[in-house]
Amino acid sequence: MIGVRREFAMPDVGEGLTEAEIVTWHVAPGDTVTVNQVIVEIETAKAAVELPCPYAGTIGELLAEPGQTVDVGAPIVTIETAEAAPEAAGAKIGEVGADGRVANLVGYGARPGSVTRRKRRPAGGEPPAAPPPPEPAQPAAPAPRAQPDPPAASTAATNGAAVGGTVPLAKPPVRKLARDLGVDLRRVTPTGADGVITREDVRAHAESAGEPAAEPAPAPVAAPRPGGGERREPIRGVRRATAAAMVSSAFTAPHVTEFLAVDVTATMRLRDRLRRSREYADVPLTPLAFVAKAVCLAARRTPAVNAHWDEAAGEIVYYDRVQLGIAAATPRGLMVPKIRDADALGLRELAVALGELTATARSGKTPPADLVGGTFTITNVGVFGVDTGTPILNPGEAAILAVGAIKPAPWVVDGELAVRTVCQLALSFDHRLVDGEQGSRFLADVGALLSDPGLALTW
Amino acid sequence: MSVPPDRTPPTVEIAGAPPVPAPTREQVLAGLRATDSGDDFVQLMTPEGQRVANPEFDRYVTDVDADALKALHRDMALVRRFDREANALQRQGQLGIWVPLLGQEAAQIGAGRAMQPQDMAFPSYREHGIAWTRGVDPTELLGIFRGTDHGAWDPREHGFHLYTIVIGNQVLNATGYAMGQRFEGRVGGEDPAGNEATICFFGDGATSQGDVHEGFVWAAVYDAPVVFYCQNNQWAISEPTERQSRVPLYRRAAGYGFPGIRVDGNDVLACLAVTRWALEECRSGNGPVLVEAFTYRMDAHTTSDDPTRYRLADELELWKLKDPIERVRVNLVREHGVGQDHFDAVQAESDELAARFRRFCVELPQPAPDRMFSQVYAEGSAQVDAQREAFLAYHASFEEAGR
Repeated sequence: MIGVRREFAMPDVGEGLTEAEIVTWHVAPGDTVTVNQVIVEIETAKAAVELPCPYAGTIGELLAEPGQTVDVGAPIVTIETAEAAPEAAGAKIGEVGADGRVANLVGYGARPGSVTRRKRRPAGGEPPAAPPPPEPAQPAAPAPRAQPDPPAASTAATNGAAVGGTVPLAKPPVRKLARDLGVDLRRVTPTGADGVITREDVRAHAESAGEPAAEPAPAPVAAPRPGGGERREPIRGVRRATAAAMVSSAFTAPHVTEFLAVDVTATMRLRDRLRRSREYADVPLTPLAFVAKAVCLAARRTPAVNAHWDEAAGEIVYYDRVQLGIAAATPRGLMVPKIRDADALGLRELAVALGELTATARSGKTPPADLVGGTFTITNVGVFGVDTGTPILNPGEAAILAVGAIKPAPWVVDGELAVRTVCQLALSFDHRLVDGEQGSRFLADVGALLSDPGLALTW
Repeated sequence: MSVPPDRTPPTVEIAGAPPVPAPTREQVLAGLRATDSGDDFVQLMTPEGQRVANPEFDRYVTDVDADALKALHRDMALVRRFDREANALQRQGQLGIWVPLLGQEAAQIGAGRAMQPQDMAFPSYREHGIAWTRGVDPTELLGIFRGTDHGAWDPREHGFHLYTIVIGNQVLNATGYAMGQRFEGRVGGEDPAGNEATICFFGDGATSQGDVHEGFVWAAVYDAPVVFYCQNNQWAISEPTERQSRVPLYRRAAGYGFPGIRVDGNDVLACLAVTRWALEECRSGNGPVLVEAFTYRMDAHTTSDDPTRYRLADELELWKLKDPIERVRVNLVREHGVGQDHFDAVQAESDELAARFRRFCVELPQPAPDRMFSQVYAEGSAQVDAQREAFLAYHASFEEAGR
């Protein structure tokens, strides 16, 4: 018997939940199930809940693993049912439609950012067949009807952010009056306090516009030209996580950023020498490895930069070891994989670890465990040819170091102008637990080590 | 538990009388928790399924023979079955929410079957069992919980008002309706068959609401023929009864000046008898009456709630021993010799009902956009018409129609 393949989508078991975590599967592929048999336990923000199976049949595939968080509406299991194939009518709720989407119950659980809206008809398009005209309450409006406002007005209703310029200030009754008179508020000169458009302004505008044809339709201010191109992408995944992390960091930790230009000529010479040695023959020795080493050494002298502000406990946590995060641009977005116990590694080991880390991250295979638990982050903006920047802290960490492009630059040596290899360092730190003195000392230490790597011997 | 432990009982002083100490915390809790004991607790069938004599209320159920008891058992089993099916449908994404009645079948079937066709019921939102006894098909409840309508049955036809979500609000509606019955002379008439009463359902949590208090005061002062039927299921979402009251709820009636009675809410016979008595009191002009049906909500408050976060499993286990359906089943077998064929038939009927219920739910069509305007006024209204036109025009302004 040929069955029908059904998908069971994660339901919204609370009111307005957007996701749930799979706790345990009670069935395995190949198991026979009946309607309402409990097949999986999930945990939501509100409760742990057992889900009964909506179909009788055989479990096909489990589409989510225990521990995985699944969006409401995403299929979690397929079930081969024994029923006859249904006609291809519109998908019912819970079934997969012809377009591959699972129909969802209307009313709850729309995930912010994932809402797709039907397109509005163009304002000038042919009127809908059956229903009455759009604005039934329209009085005998003067001429402006004949000369419709630019479509920006209707765009504003659905997409306020895309319309440039200021929103005209007017109280609701005045807006109503303007609409009734067919007046575009953006063309009215306000006379009220703070630029508020008054009832009289609207009336005056309506009367002065007695010869409406005289006024040419102004180009819509900064509104996107129809078809001029914009691309909308749902905010999700790494982009959403990054945004949340950056916002939470920027609005909880008071950031201070300090800059230092460093003559790294000596370090670059050392790098050239080492690369020629047998020990480093097969190691990609990048300048970043030296920066990483310098950070670990300097952090030993200034533990405050390798620390965490624990608001809940009312404590500052100082870490013995440096879990070094390296910000990497990957196809999936910004990722910060970690080098574990970086302070215990020698330069060669650091270089190896960096090489592996970036390769894994670029191929998008960084395991989630490698993305958490950092204590300090280096972001290498120099690879993009940028001199410096003001990095935002990885949430929970006390400091982050941005490394700029390494390039030849004029530099004063012994009172003479010389061409040296120079690099800009920028250190942002959380001023709640790192004072200017500590931050400055740490940055100066990193700079000193990079300009005179021999100093490391003395620490 | 959750009563502040350091509460010192105040001393009640009445002029001219010796001071009487207020009850201690332990006495208060003991009174609130007393379940299957005490003189003030009406029970006709024990949790073990044994019929016990009650000189006051036995006469209200003399007509309940084996067949009638079988019918009550069938009612409760079917109601429980579609309640469980609805719960599962919510877990499968087919309902936005469901309000389970599991454990309260006897309290509802007993009260519902005590009503006469001319009586009027005002439910809150958990009264699926009352709906069943008033001839509202279970499928008619689905629209509310799937979000396709706000209740579509005709309240007049069924003598069953629409569900009220606002806690306690229906007590005011019910009191007003009962006043209407009184004004129209349908109370205390010569012919008992022509008399009417109103019954209003609410929970223990609702008794803390102002609306309930106002309804009690009004009904008492104007002798409204209304039975206030409180299903005390022990939990107002996560708040236990002792956070709602210092005295057992039925005793509050004394303060308003009408009789209050506590009945075993898991005993369908007792609920039937007590509600018949209470409705009879109201029909004959002796209303109002407060009935506290002492029962237990065995599932969550709603499908959005997780009771394991506020109550212990042993409490649930204790109440499972007092299951309302099980005791009737035992009684039918032991005292009436009812055979397995009855239970098999009920089981088969339950499965059929559940399947029909499920099919109806899944196939429930999305209402047309103008549906929400169509039943507002019998003869239309210029304002609602204008709103409907604007709403339809808005819908038509999209490029593609439908889902």
